[in-house]
Amino acid sequence: MNTVINIVVQGVLLGALYGLFAMGQSLVFGVMRLTNTAHGDFIVLLVFVLFALTAFAHLPLAVAIVLLLVIAFGAGYAVQYAILNRVSSRDPLPSLIVTFGLSIVIQNVLQQVFSADPRSIATGSFEAKSLTLAGGITLGYLPLVTLAAAVALAFAMQWLFGRTPLGRAFRATSDDREIVQLMGVSYRRTYALAMGIAFVLIAVAAALYSMRTAVSPTDGPALLLYAFEAVIIGGMGSFWGTFVGGMALGIAQQAGFYFDPGWGIWLGHVVFLCVLVARPQGLLPKTA
Amino acid sequence: MSMHLNRPASSFEVRRATRASRVAVAGLLIVALAVASAPWWAGRGALHDFVQLASYLVFAMMWNLLAGYGGMVSIGQQAFFGIGGYGMLILSNYGGVSPFVAVPLAAVIATVVAIPVSRVAFRLEGGYFAIGTWVIAEVFRLTVANVSVLGGGSGTSLTALQDVPRALRESLTLWLALAIVAAAIGLVYVFLRSRAGLALTAMRDNAVAASSQGVDVKRARLIVYLVSACGAALAGGLYFLGNLRISPDAAFSVNWTAFGIFIVMIGGLGTLEGPIIGALIFFVLNRFLSDYGTWYLIGLGALAIVVTMFFPQGLWGFVSSRFGLQLFPVGRRVVFVDAGPAQKRTTGGMADPLDTPQATHRA
Repeated sequence: MNTVINIVVQGVLLGALYGLFAMGQSLVFGVMRLTNTAHGDFIVLLVFVLFALTAFAHLPLAVAIVLLLVIAFGAGYAVQYAILNRVSSRDPLPSLIVTFGLSIVIQNVLQQVFSADPRSIATGSFEAKSLTLAGGITLGYLPLVTLAAAVALAFAMQWLFGRTPLGRAFRATSDDREIVQLMGVSYRRTYALAMGIAFVLIAVAAALYSMRTAVSPTDGPALLLYAFEAVIIGGMGSFWGTFVGGMALGIAQQAGFYFDPGWGIWLGHVVFLCVLVARPQGLLPKTA
Repeated sequence: MSMHLNRPASSFEVRRATRASRVAVAGLLIVALAVASAPWWAGRGALHDFVQLASYLVFAMMWNLLAGYGGMVSIGQQAFFGIGGYGMLILSNYGGVSPFVAVPLAAVIATVVAIPVSRVAFRLEGGYFAIGTWVIAEVFRLTVANVSVLGGGSGTSLTALQDVPRALRESLTLWLALAIVAAAIGLVYVFLRSRAGLALTAMRDNAVAASSQGVDVKRARLIVYLVSACGAALAGGLYFLGNLRISPDAAFSVNWTAFGIFIVMIGGLGTLEGPIIGALIFFVLNRFLSDYGTWYLIGLGALAIVVTMFFPQGLWGFVSSRFGLQLFPVGRRVVFVDAGPAQKRTTGGMADPLDTPQATHRA
């Protein structure tokens, strides 16, 4: 019984990280209808930016993270404005190929600059601290912080989308990007803002992820698949859905790891495919 | 190759061949003869090179069929490449089948596997389909990596050919490669010129409109998916027959699809000529620049981005529209032959209207 509880608890904590990975992807799917195959590589890229800021520029971690968020917003805005806006259309092929090309470029540039070694961010043993509950279940502080961040950001994104003028512009642009131009909304600018915000979400995920584990330049595609699976399992169009999708994926992987370390990721993929067959609209699709 | 459907009662004919296409067929036959006789005049390295080139070419052609004609952009074709490779190896190492027979047999297995896989993958569309197929390919990779009989993550070797003399083995592999390339080009060409091919082209241009004209879009998509799975498996079986060693990370690597995409985009998406030209370019680049490692891959990625953004029709698309060439005309062109004043203008000034590129290709 304790084992089951432990799997679920650790799965939820791992899932919070996947939910964080996926929220940026969910935003980009929702607003731009863009399938960004470089999503995972953007996470890895920001991990290495943070690594450069702390290990090479010797900035304190808190300062580096704030700086990372600013850099991320600018980078996201610029990537969307300069490159991805040019290939966004009804035909999914051009944007898929361009982001796939970006993915290969990012992986190899990182290998060239930082070598293929995995890197992590030093937190001064914070990542090793945990509290132990009754029954021997341990909760790491870092995973708890991750969970809190995921919940807070899901709230924030839901509020941004539902209650603010910018969210209205996002939803309207998603519905019809030609018509919103009649209302004085530039879809190019809206897309760039959405990607900027997606990159901020990615930066938060990247910071927490790099404290948890060492990251190598070629880890991006795996992260892309986890993020994608969380979005689809959760159901398109709601950040809570994405959050729940991340949890489901995390629990599935933890259960797999428990039986055999080789089958953990495999079980996550298979659970995703089963959800796809049994419930293609996802667990929490937007009903409105 | 010329096929004039003359109808006595009417005053037009349907042209399906061009002067360039007749020259191309003759040229390809000469190349095929040269390659077939290669064991008597070329070095061992050249034979191995051709087998690799053939694998890249067939794999890219199948990706092109799927994306350029079927409108399904997949990042998971390496699933079938890997099944072709492992299927060939299992049949020959454990089943006692000759590896040269095992390659097509493994392709049949991959096609059968593709039927249930398509039921899952077709739940998704567009970009979601692309990443969904990638997940499926990862499931195959992780499954094989966890099976210890097949060497697990570090892979295994093709031992069934140990008793075959090296020269004979290399010649047979070359001829198999040539046969697979010839079959792939020939079958895709015939398929695209058939009724089903016309339906496919219509579907690519507008699925809803094609459906309203009676095209069974679902069925056409499934057929294209199965054909391209079969072809990708042939490429995989061939590659690992030439390589003699296989591992899950090599067989199910997403790089196969990355290279396929690069070949097709450089050469020209949605054309038969494109992958052939793209494969030759890729092969030369790979040969001379792959020593540069990361810089080489950065260059490939950047080139794919630039071509997609600024030259989406690719090299062959450019040549075809600039010079009005079609080596493999898959379209039909109505040519009016009577001297009626109204129709006369349509033929006037054009030597052979099928030679004009707007005949069938995507704008």
